[in-house]
Amino acid sequence: MSDRGVAESAIHETPLASRHERLGARMIEFAGWLMPVQYSSILDEHRAVRERVGLFDLSHMGELIVEGATAGEALSGAVVSDPLALAVGRAQYSMLCAADGGVLDDLIVYRLAADRFMVVANAANAQVVSDALAERLAGTRAVLDDQSLATGLVAIQGPRSVDVLGPLTDVDLAGLRYYGIAEGKVAGIAAHVARTGYTGEDGFEVFVEIQRTGELWDALLERVQAADGLPVGLGARDTLRLEAGMPLYGNELDSTTTPYDAGLGRVVKLEKAGDFVGRAALERVAADGPKRRLVGLTIEGRGIARHGYPVAVEDRRTGVVTSGTQSPTLGVPIAMAYVAPADGEPGTMVDVEIRDGRVPARVVPLPFYRRSS
Amino acid sequence: MSAPTDLRYTRDHEWVRVDGDEATVGITQYAADQLGDIVFVELPEAGRDLEEAKSFGVVESVKAVSDLFAPISGEVTSTNDALASEPELVNRDPYGAGWMVRMTVADPAQLDDLLDGDGYDELVAAS
Repeated sequence: MSDRGVAESAIHETPLASRHERLGARMIEFAGWLMPVQYSSILDEHRAVRERVGLFDLSHMGELIVEGATAGEALSGAVVSDPLALAVGRAQYSMLCAADGGVLDDLIVYRLAADRFMVVANAANAQVVSDALAERLAGTRAVLDDQSLATGLVAIQGPRSVDVLGPLTDVDLAGLRYYGIAEGKVAGIAAHVARTGYTGEDGFEVFVEIQRTGELWDALLERVQAADGLPVGLGARDTLRLEAGMPLYGNELDSTTTPYDAGLGRVVKLEKAGDFVGRAALERVAADGPKRRLVGLTIEGRGIARHGYPVAVEDRRTGVVTSGTQSPTLGVPIAMAYVAPADGEPGTMVDVEIRDGRVPARVVPLPFYRRSS
Repeated sequence: MSAPTDLRYTRDHEWVRVDGDEATVGITQYAADQLGDIVFVELPEAGRDLEEAKSFGVVESVKAVSDLFAPISGEVTSTNDALASEPELVNRDPYGAGWMVRMTVADPAQLDDLLDGDGYDELVAAS
């Protein structure tokens, strides 16, 4: 057998790298960072998050602070969402688009104070986002402070997240709603605690200064393990987000896709005041409709659809698979794919070209998995 | 962890067990561990002729797709149907219940090109 993977070459390390290796993690290079892909088994880690709790090192992600008296207005001109509509202590999913409407990154924007926002970017795009924000904020009174390398980020995800985090923090978790953020202490460390995540489960993301990340991780891991949970690597992070129907930049999103293609037009606030980068192009897409549509597929034959595999309807090529795996929760192969809008209705049968053969698949609504409580 | 000494190995991490004029083929423990949780195995039909070093199937883990290469030439006589519903057998018992195909040995001289257990252990240690 031979691995069709890509060569590895390590660059940045998070403050937790030696802990991951002591836990037996297999480390890979991801977006310029040495990260754990799995500690024990992707399936076991996936199930731990769905059924109990998992702990993730996300210190590779970018954290960009935008502050100043006009921070909200300035940020509103830079991203497609409406940061000014956020109450302090609330967050929104957002995107940074190019002038042609193509997605440069998907983001979460947190309003930490009236005049202070935190933008969390994907590791692979952190520099692109930092550079674009610097350019777009130039000439405004808002100031950009790239805190990516000064910030540690650890996520607790799964139904037992409150049990794990509650005893370690003075933040009122019961009062912290989904997409809320609060300042407090976790294990005695000054932190921002957000009720956000990328798994489809309840959970929290904890931001601390980078030097305290190891201490934070140790305290959380002890409680996660006591709750029968596991540390979780990027492998299960990917299968969890895919089941939850969440896009991954580089797969579902890139500079050739608009938010509307990805079914995320609701993120674009065309009704907000003022211009923003990409507005004219996105208004046209909103009016004309996107040229393709992101759909969920369940594979009904034998085989697993993977990124890049063609999708056909009879003899007509309709699109391409963006992500696919065997769903640990559903026990069947699932995928996301772009198809022609006319082929995107749930129930439509398509074929995925897998190696030399064609395997039937059904268009299904996203997400594949939604938690019951 | 040493590779069983009664098997022969390819540099691509397949193993071969020769029994009379038939050979059984699978992937090694090292290969299974490297792949992680195996969720899909695609094998040829019985009757198909395999050619040494050519791809004859695919094994997929949650994350990765890998080709299987024929360690020797010969005709497939049977395949492990259990792997269709229980691909995890490859992780759990790669040298036993996780076997993949049985085949004829078209050219016994090809077996001499394969590694023995010690040779395979050295290969793994060096990788």
